[in-house]
Amino acid sequence: MNMANSHENKIQNLQGNHACALGAIAAGCRFFAGYPITPSSEIAERMALELPKVEGTFIQMEDEIASMGAVVGASIGGVKAMTATSGPGFSLKQENLGYAAATEVPCVIINVMRGGPSTGMPTRPAQGDIMQARWGTHGDHPIIVLTPCSVREIYELTIHAFNLSESLRVPVLVLIDEVIGHLIETIDLSLTGTQALAERRWASGPPKDFKPYAMTEDGIPPMPRPGDGYRTHTTGLHHSESGFPTQNPAEVERFIKRILGKLELHRERIENFETLECEDAECLVVAYGITARAAKRAVKQARAEGIKAGLFRPVTLWPFPEEAFRALAAGAASVLVPEMNTGQLILEIERHCPDATRVVPLNRFDGEPIAPVQILKKIKEQVSHD
Amino acid sequence: MIEESRQKFDIRNNLRTELFPHFMCPGCGHGIALRALLWAVHELEISKDQLAIVSGIGCSGRTGAYIDATTIHTTHGRPLAYATGLKLARPDLEVIVITGDGDCLAIGGNHLIHACRRNLNLTCLMLNNETYGMTGGQVSPTTRNERFTTTTPLGNYEPVFDACALASGAGASMVGREITMHVTALKDLIKEGISHQGFTFLEILSDCTEIYGRKNELGESAEMVLSQKAEYRSDSYGNQVEEPFQPRNIGTGVLTKNDRTEYMEACRLHNQSKQSGTANS
Repeated sequence: MNMANSHENKIQNLQGNHACALGAIAAGCRFFAGYPITPSSEIAERMALELPKVEGTFIQMEDEIASMGAVVGASIGGVKAMTATSGPGFSLKQENLGYAAATEVPCVIINVMRGGPSTGMPTRPAQGDIMQARWGTHGDHPIIVLTPCSVREIYELTIHAFNLSESLRVPVLVLIDEVIGHLIETIDLSLTGTQALAERRWASGPPKDFKPYAMTEDGIPPMPRPGDGYRTHTTGLHHSESGFPTQNPAEVERFIKRILGKLELHRERIENFETLECEDAECLVVAYGITARAAKRAVKQARAEGIKAGLFRPVTLWPFPEEAFRALAAGAASVLVPEMNTGQLILEIERHCPDATRVVPLNRFDGEPIAPVQILKKIKEQVSHD
Repeated sequence: MIEESRQKFDIRNNLRTELFPHFMCPGCGHGIALRALLWAVHELEISKDQLAIVSGIGCSGRTGAYIDATTIHTTHGRPLAYATGLKLARPDLEVIVITGDGDCLAIGGNHLIHACRRNLNLTCLMLNNETYGMTGGQVSPTTRNERFTTTTPLGNYEPVFDACALASGAGASMVGREITMHVTALKDLIKEGISHQGFTFLEILSDCTEIYGRKNELGESAEMVLSQKAEYRSDSYGNQVEEPFQPRNIGTGVLTKNDRTEYMEACRLHNQSKQSGTANS
C-alpha cells in the first residue's frame, strides 16, 4: 500500500502554504494549475518547484477560470490534480467547480481566505467564504470542505482532501485562514501525514456494457480512464447512467439524489471534528481554523477559573458533523460561535441547537484575528447570564 | 487497426449512431465539419481510444457527443483550458477541441489567445456560424455589419473579429480557414492541422440556416454556402492582415504555418539545458 509520507524524515520549519504544497506532493498530486493571488501564491510557487522533481506538471494559466478548467481536464486524464486560490479567485473558480461536482471528477481546491467582499483586504485574515464554499456554484451539488488550524494540520488535511476526493469522486475544498497559511511552525514530517493513500477506482470489465454513471451500491461509479477502451462522454448537462444528456424526470432525480446521497452514505468517513472539555460544558464554543486556536486557549483559561466551558471544532465544515454536534449541544445552556465574519457558520449551528439553547455570535471582520481574551470575556458573560 | 483504417471511409464507423436523431437543424454546416473531421481522423489512422474531443457550449459544443471517442463537453468558453490540462496530463492522447465563434472568441477569448501563445500540441476547430444559434440567434463577435440578430434588431454596428488574424497574432503556429463547401480541402486542412506539432487554429465557416439565415433572408443552405464561396478566396495572406475587421475577401487554406517549438518540447528542452548547465551562459 502506498503511504503518503515519502519525505526525508526531518523536522522542518514550514510556512502553512508550503506545507500545503508538500502535503499535495505526498498525496500523489502530479498536476497543478493556478494563477497568482494573495495570500495563496506561495502554494503555486512551491508546486512549481516541487512538481518537476516528481515528473509532475505545473502550469500558470491565464486566469482563475482556466486553472480550474485545466485541473478538471488533467483529472479526467487520470492524474491527481489541484489548484490554489483566494477570495476573488475562488469566486471565479465556481463555474468549473460545479462542473467537477456534476461530472464527479476528483480535484482539490485550496482557498486561503482573505478579507472580502470584492478585492477586500488581500493580506488580512477573514473567514468570509464559509457559505461560498458550500453554496458558491449554482444548483444543488455535493462538496466537502475541510478547515485546518495549524501548519501540521494543513499538511495532513491536504493529503486527506486528496484521499476523500479520489475515493468519493467529489471536489474537496480546503479553507485555510490567511494567518495559518503564512504562519511558520515546526513540524516533523516523519510523524505526520503517514496515512495510507486512497486511489481512484478505475473502470474494469468489458467496455461494451459499461455505464460511466451506474447506480452502484456505494454511490460511486468506477471512473473510465481515456485510452482504456471505454470511450465515454463527460458533460455538465444532467446525464443518465450512460453519461449522455437526459431530461427524463426520473433519471434526473436519480442522478441528483445519487451525487448528493453519496456524501450521506459515507458521512462517517467524511466527518471529522475535535472536542475539548465538552462533556459537562455549560458554554460550548464552536470555532474553526485560527479562531479555534484562540478558543482553545480561552476554554482552558475558563476551566482554570472554574467555568464549565468546552470547545467543538469542526474539521470538516461541510457536510457539517451535525449528529456529533447535536449530542454535545444538548447539554449546553449556551453555544458561542466566534467567527471572522459577520456570522456565517452560526446559521448552521442554530439549526442544530435545541430551542432552549442560547446561540451567541462573536464576530470580527476588521482584518484582525479574534483574541483569546475576547472569547474568554464572552464565555464569562454567558455563564453569569445563566 | 490497419485493416480497419484501410477500409473505405464510412462516417458511421466513427459515430455514436445510437444517439440519432441528432440535434442539428436541417441545412446546418456543422454536420459537414464533423464529417470532415472524422474523415481526417480516419485517414490519419488515429484510433478511437486515443482520440479525445473537448468541446464547449453551444451548437458547436454539442457536436462532439456524436463522435465515438472520449468526449468531454465542458463549460462555456473553457474547452481550451480543459484540453490544456488533459493534454499535459496525457500527452499520448490526440486532443481536438471543437468550439464556436461565441464560445471561442467571446467568453473564451482569453483562453484562445493564451493557447495560441503557449503553442501546446492541440488542434482547435472553431465552427463559425456568425451567431449564438443554441440560444436563439444573438449577435456574436463574428456577426457581420448590418446583419439582424435577436439582440441587434436594427442591424449589427459592432466590428467583427478576424479569428485567424487574431490567432496568428497571438502566436498559433498553424492557422487555417475553410468553408464547408470545400469538404475535401477541409478534410485535408484538418489532417494537416492534427499532424502539425504545435497549436493549430482552424476556422470553419459554417452556416446557420434556420436562425441566422432566415432572419437575414440569406436563402437556403445551398445559397448560403455559395455566397461564402464567392466571398472567400483560396490564396493565403500569410501573416499580413490589411483590414482585420473586414470579413470579406478573406483567404482560405493554410494562412500561417511555422515551426515554433511546441510547448511540451520547449519545456523538455529547457529542463534539459538547465540540468546540463548550459543555459544562462
